[in-house]
Amino acid sequence: MIGYIFRRILAVVPVMLIVAVFVFLLLRLTPGDPAAILAGDAATPAQLERIRTSLGLNEPIYVQFTTWVDQLMHGNLGISLISNTPVAQMIGQRIWPTINIAILTIILSVAIAVPMGVVAAWRHRTWVDYAVMSFSVLGFSVPVFVIGYVLIKFFSIDLRWLPVQGYTPPSQDFGKFLSRAILPCLTLATIYVALIARMTRASLLEVLGEDYIRTARAKGVKERVVLFRHALSNAAVPILTIIGTGFALLIGGVVVTESVFNIPGVGRLTVDAILARDYPVIQGIILLMSGTYVFINLLIDLSYSFFDPRIRY
Amino acid sequence: MLSETDRIQGDAPRASSRHWNRTARHVAAGLMAGVMLAGASMGTAAQAAEKTITAVMHSGLRVLDPIITTAHIVRDHGYMIYDVLVAQDHTFTPKPQMADWTISDDKTVYTFTLRDGLKFHDGSPVTAADAVASLKRWGQRDSGGQLIFDVTDSLAARDDKTIVWTLKEPYPPLLDTISKQSAVPPFIMPASVAATPPDQAITNHIGSGPFKFVESEYQPGVSVTYEKFDGYVPRDEPADWMAGGKVVNVDKVTWVTMPDAQTTINALLSGEVDYMEQVPVDLLPILQSSEDVTVEVRDPLGFQSIGRMNFLYPPFDNVKVRKAAMMALSQQDVMGTLVGNPDYYKICGSMFGCGTPLEDETGADTLINGGDIDGAKKLLAESGYDGTPVVLMQPTDVPTISAQPIVAAQALRNAGFTVDMQPMDWQTLVTRRASQAKPSEGGWNLFFTNWAVPEINSPLISPMLNGRGNDAWFGWPTDEKLEELRKEFIAAQTSEERKAVAHKIQAHAMDVVNYIPLGQFLSPQARSNKLTDMIQSPVPVFWQIKKAD
Repeated sequence: MIGYIFRRILAVVPVMLIVAVFVFLLLRLTPGDPAAILAGDAATPAQLERIRTSLGLNEPIYVQFTTWVDQLMHGNLGISLISNTPVAQMIGQRIWPTINIAILTIILSVAIAVPMGVVAAWRHRTWVDYAVMSFSVLGFSVPVFVIGYVLIKFFSIDLRWLPVQGYTPPSQDFGKFLSRAILPCLTLATIYVALIARMTRASLLEVLGEDYIRTARAKGVKERVVLFRHALSNAAVPILTIIGTGFALLIGGVVVTESVFNIPGVGRLTVDAILARDYPVIQGIILLMSGTYVFINLLIDLSYSFFDPRIRY
Repeated sequence: MLSETDRIQGDAPRASSRHWNRTARHVAAGLMAGVMLAGASMGTAAQAAEKTITAVMHSGLRVLDPIITTAHIVRDHGYMIYDVLVAQDHTFTPKPQMADWTISDDKTVYTFTLRDGLKFHDGSPVTAADAVASLKRWGQRDSGGQLIFDVTDSLAARDDKTIVWTLKEPYPPLLDTISKQSAVPPFIMPASVAATPPDQAITNHIGSGPFKFVESEYQPGVSVTYEKFDGYVPRDEPADWMAGGKVVNVDKVTWVTMPDAQTTINALLSGEVDYMEQVPVDLLPILQSSEDVTVEVRDPLGFQSIGRMNFLYPPFDNVKVRKAAMMALSQQDVMGTLVGNPDYYKICGSMFGCGTPLEDETGADTLINGGDIDGAKKLLAESGYDGTPVVLMQPTDVPTISAQPIVAAQALRNAGFTVDMQPMDWQTLVTRRASQAKPSEGGWNLFFTNWAVPEINSPLISPMLNGRGNDAWFGWPTDEKLEELRKEFIAAQTSEERKAVAHKIQAHAMDVVNYIPLGQFLSPQARSNKLTDMIQSPVPVFWQIKKAD
């Protein structure tokens, strides 16, 4: 197991290297000029040229690349071309809202979706099953911004129970964090509830037809134990995969939800950086996201053996 | 509902049903507690934030150096934390702000005297040396400033309070230029900060303005907080545009960036924010129906929309073709499509904007009277236009510039032009417009943008009215007559003389189609009724404002 983990962590290095080269070249080949954003509309061509030189954008691409890689080797993600702020600091400011919202969304989604999926599978082809599946289809189909606006209209504008927008760190005021996070998490959870509930149902249906389930029932084991101990734990692998992937996607940035609820997360930072062609910030975020995906995939793989002892590394 | 649940779950899982019910009750109780806690904390926050104005500005603040960039949000930031020597009132008249002045009889020596009580946010006094260093840095970045420094013999501090600016020859618009509101006003910084090269951003943000920048709460592109500077001594005169006493009546101002206008409106309606700088006109009815919110126009000048052609390549290297293109366009069509509500736009053929001292609509007859397609067709035929496609750049991600290319493209096609409209994001456009390549090889023929009227209200500061070829703004016209007229404008001694020369510039620039003014639009703002005493100003300022409990 330890050898496996070590090999997987080592495998991160070439992945990150490929990502780094690819992202760097892609950005340089994309039309756009950070100096133009920095200087504003009235800047003359001569002024733009001087700013480009000052930002190092007139250096040959290989020089820019080696400078960046050298910085990375020293644990430095660089400085934003636009705000003149360290990229690590910018990502540090924006990653926590994203992580906190993602965690709360996943908790909410799992808490709602897994029981829904279990019930749907258990009452297969009854109206309960159809209701759960209908909700899933709805969850997939309705755009998140529509759900967000409807929730805002109802809970914030009409009832005035919850704030419309914004983010407060839980460390600063947990109650305020919760009140501001509920609506975006509910909005985001809709699609994940649909996804996880469907996956739970499908996996469970497969397992419920197995001989050992019939045996357990024949032995008089309580239905609750059959469902949760025997069936669900054996159906957990695909459910875990979908939860892990969902979490990684949430960390990767949910731009629309962040915009609708004005959450200063990584998604908005990414979009802003791309629009401004803020190369070091884009590169830093993509590297971070790649690392996060690799790490979460590793955790998912390792968790398989916990739920299914037959899986060994 | 309960019976249905019982029926669904049957006998076997009844125990789990009870368990789930308990769990559901616990979860519901937890959520309710959370919401109540949140409500309580919101109430506490509301009490603590009584004198904090939360404002949603037109853009996120990402750059903190108001000299290195012409971006409006950075200029607005500059007015929060810095002060200027001279400022303009609503008649565009320069008024003393940090300093009074005298002018020598031969009009070549300007002596500025700093007023008493000026302090930077770190407590150190503002000295003449700080002002000199700041003006010199500004003069290297600002096009108007460069013109002054072209005729500057010396600029020096005589003592701690006196700045002496000696010119080689009289430069009558000096005070107008250093008091301008946009794009780059000469903000006064500590000399050590102003020593930063003008093409590098400053890293120290200490000013002497009415608000202090709170660095610890700054998140680029997300939020920025300003605290009242208790050491600021406002002038005695009433506030009048950028001039007069900057009296601060609140403790803090926080600018929050909200990328979604609907969210901002919702937040304003729910009382979470106090002020929205730019409200999309199509969303105005939502706010106008609220009793808690006032919609108004604080900037009576607004923005001028323009079209700019590339003078280097066919077909717009031919003045007749440029004229035909202008003749095909109608400001009414452009503004009607862009803004819609006539309360928020005006037809204006003046290159210096309407409502300004130099307003003059000479040469704009067809533009302001619905266009003349037949005339355009005739002129195009006379020009020898050979069907060369007009590469028209269309930004798709900036709502205030998205309609103009579409309307213009159709008008040009109606007149007989072949139009190649190329959609792209604004960033790609600003990069591509700097290219002098042929339009068919990555260059361009025509693009559109908007200017705040104070940025174009004089031939000395309007970026387009420059005929220096490759040194001119994008489009690169070589126009010796325009340069001569600008010199004549500089030499004009009185406002009447300046207006007369401006008339000649307007007539000439429209005759050669230096650019196409496409109308002037206003930007409605919205505020909570808790905010009062907000002054009219072309720059959104936060002094004078009072906030009710």
